[in-house]
Amino acid sequence: MTDQPRKVGIISCSGEAIPGGTLSRIACRKVLDELRPDKSVTLCFPLFIAGGEEERMFADMFPTITVDGCEKRCAALGTERLSGSPTKTLIVTEILKQRGIPPTTKLRNLGPEEKAAAQAVAEEIVAAIDEILATA
Amino acid sequence: MQEINRERQGELMGKKVAVFACSGIGKPLGSVAREIGYELTERVRPDNTVLTCLALLVVNDPEALKLIKENPVIAVDGCVLACARKCIESHGAPVVKAYQTIDFFKKHNDLKPEGITELNEAGKKLAAIAADELAGVVDEFVCGGGEK
Repeated sequence: MTDQPRKVGIISCSGEAIPGGTLSRIACRKVLDELRPDKSVTLCFPLFIAGGEEERMFADMFPTITVDGCEKRCAALGTERLSGSPTKTLIVTEILKQRGIPPTTKLRNLGPEEKAAAQAVAEEIVAAIDEILATA
Repeated sequence: MQEINRERQGELMGKKVAVFACSGIGKPLGSVAREIGYELTERVRPDNTVLTCLALLVVNDPEALKLIKENPVIAVDGCVLACARKCIESHGAPVVKAYQTIDFFKKHNDLKPEGITELNEAGKKLAAIAADELAGVVDEFVCGGGEK
């Protein structure tokens, strides 16, 4: 890891087949585009397999937050195994539960409820980023 | 791309087609890949296809590995890095077809996809057209080439 991390890496599970994956993807994009654009970077999770050495160095280059859509924790486990230990691991279903938000069911064409849930996940990612950068 | 032989093709006949799409959150064409997956598995051939998370293959999930070993698999990628196809092939399971969404866009270049978290209407239409095209591949395996 570099001496002074100015950016935090975010790895989204992006799970195509589960509603939590959709929320993870949208929340991460929101952080990257709107909430912490200068403090976050990302990498497509499957690039740990499909990419090269540079991709697998990701968690060494950046303090990394994984955002998983379900309890299988693919992003956390895969990052740990193929790149390096994530600094923080978030799980969408747990975030929703902690905030008293009902589980979402849609994979696409999200409505106001799903967008609000994605916003809640994005806020947790932002909090994690700020904490990491504050303690670096 | 790894190729499947005639014997393997015979083994796969009549089985549901597994669909894996790009997980990317960096480009609209990645979102188109996912939308193709949803269109194919929810609207076009819901009874004969199954969409599965690509991330499961990264962590060697036993159920996902079983799926790609025992079923015909289609990969829909959003860029030339071809994560979906490569992740499947890394487990020794050749895909029966691999697509890149840019190729659909080249054929329908009036439908320019925009947006990552929310695809524009052109992107959705492009995905719907692509999914209709992929139906033929599904039918080839599930029904031996006939219409569903």
